[in-house]
Amino acid sequence: MTTKYDLNGRKAIVTGAAKGIGRAVAERFLKSGASVGIWDRDGATLAATAEELSKLGPVHPCVLDVSHSHEVEGGVTDAIDHWGGIDILVTCAGILGQVCPTPDYPEDEWHRVIEINLTGTFLCARAASRHMLEQGYGRIVTLSSDSGKEGTANMPAYSAAKAGIIGLTRGMAREFATRGVTVNSISPTIIDTEMGREAAKNFGEKALSRIPMKRYGQPEEIAAMIAWLCSEEASFTSGTIFDATGGRSHY
Amino acid sequence: MNRIDLEGRVALVTGGVQGIGRAIAERLLRSGAAVTIWDLNEERLAEAGKALGELGPCETGKVDVADPRAVQAGIEALVAKRGTLNILVNNAGILGKVAPTLEQEDADWTRTVDILLTGTFWCSRAALPPMLEAGWGRIVNIASVSGKEGTPNMPAYSAAKAGVIGLTKSMGRELGESGISVNCITPAAVETDLVRNTTPEHHEYMLRNIPMGRFGQVEEIANLAAWLCSADCSFTTGGVFDASGARSSY
Repeated sequence: MTTKYDLNGRKAIVTGAAKGIGRAVAERFLKSGASVGIWDRDGATLAATAEELSKLGPVHPCVLDVSHSHEVEGGVTDAIDHWGGIDILVTCAGILGQVCPTPDYPEDEWHRVIEINLTGTFLCARAASRHMLEQGYGRIVTLSSDSGKEGTANMPAYSAAKAGIIGLTRGMAREFATRGVTVNSISPTIIDTEMGREAAKNFGEKALSRIPMKRYGQPEEIAAMIAWLCSEEASFTSGTIFDATGGRSHY
Repeated sequence: MNRIDLEGRVALVTGGVQGIGRAIAERLLRSGAAVTIWDLNEERLAEAGKALGELGPCETGKVDVADPRAVQAGIEALVAKRGTLNILVNNAGILGKVAPTLEQEDADWTRTVDILLTGTFWCSRAALPPMLEAGWGRIVNIASVSGKEGTPNMPAYSAAKAGVIGLTKSMGRELGESGISVNCITPAAVETDLVRNTTPEHHEYMLRNIPMGRFGQVEEIANLAAWLCSADCSFTTGGVFDASGARSSY
């Protein structure tokens, strides 16, 4: 027997769901009884993921770029047309961006990382929250990172974007506090995904040695935490940053 | 309702006869755990043991968590009876005297810190051997937003709860590779007798600071505690989990 979250009848959107953490979240949601809209800009991978995940429950893929406002608005309208509503939004779409010293960090790369990671999170939350506030219930979970708390050397844009997500999460949480919509964030350290392994290559043994559990996280572990936060039971927690760093984070 | 899987786990909840502790004991029992509750009041222990016993295997013990010998003996007795100890919820607590610092007596300070902080340490230390032997364990400490922010006129409570957060982080790191996770919850004011019995001014102060505009319910803290006790909480240790109605600023 394993823990079973009660997301029966809930309609969810998971961004960046073609692979990695987003995919694991979509999978856990489906196993918990939710219908899941999976968003990604990588159409080919998303189609393959959708085919596999549809064995677990109702999946509705949508190819879009979260940094483009009109695409996000279209995606939310499409989800509401398809399922009649949105109860849950999880924003996993994100990129590492270039890893290089700040004096050499290209301006266009800065904009790209901020637009996808931070602005993309805002655009999705803005569009979904309109509907959630209207119905008086919603769960929004954003993906931040321990980089957003500590700052990671040679990743100025990523660190800034993830710190920005923390601020955005807290601000929205307070704004929506009395209206049934909670907004929380998960702050992982390196997770064993394609992107996480790419990040790990840049830091090597140093990264692992800083994690008291002496291992990287698995996407399923992040998905379990997110599933709990998206359940109705997570009702007195909002504006908080749940840590998933194997004991690494200091606050 | 989420079905948290604690089937076959052996748990101890201190301060389990009422309030948050009782709600946690109830949720752990409903999730399949065998639960022992500790408290000081025998009458209340008997009542709680009987009521909780209808949900699953529940034992009671009259133990003062501020007494290290009693704690040690209590945990040894528990392990002798149940074979092991997998989950410890350090919940026993008092508010202490709510008054300006200049009016706080030595004994008020000492008793509050002894129960909240030192008691958490005694219980955690005594619980480690069976958990280390099993290579698995979950310790959940009930801290408070007072330990992050500091609450005026509650110096001992604020200091002790901040201490609990520090202890959680220290033990979490120490035990990183052991299979035992140590986390804490920082609730804002929750609707319990502890909160109901404060002055109207203090009541108003507490409520005003919670953006959700309401006190927490004991079940909401129990929901989170039960999840932290489960195998699903596997990559977080030394973590501070907030349940404050969006109050906490960090």
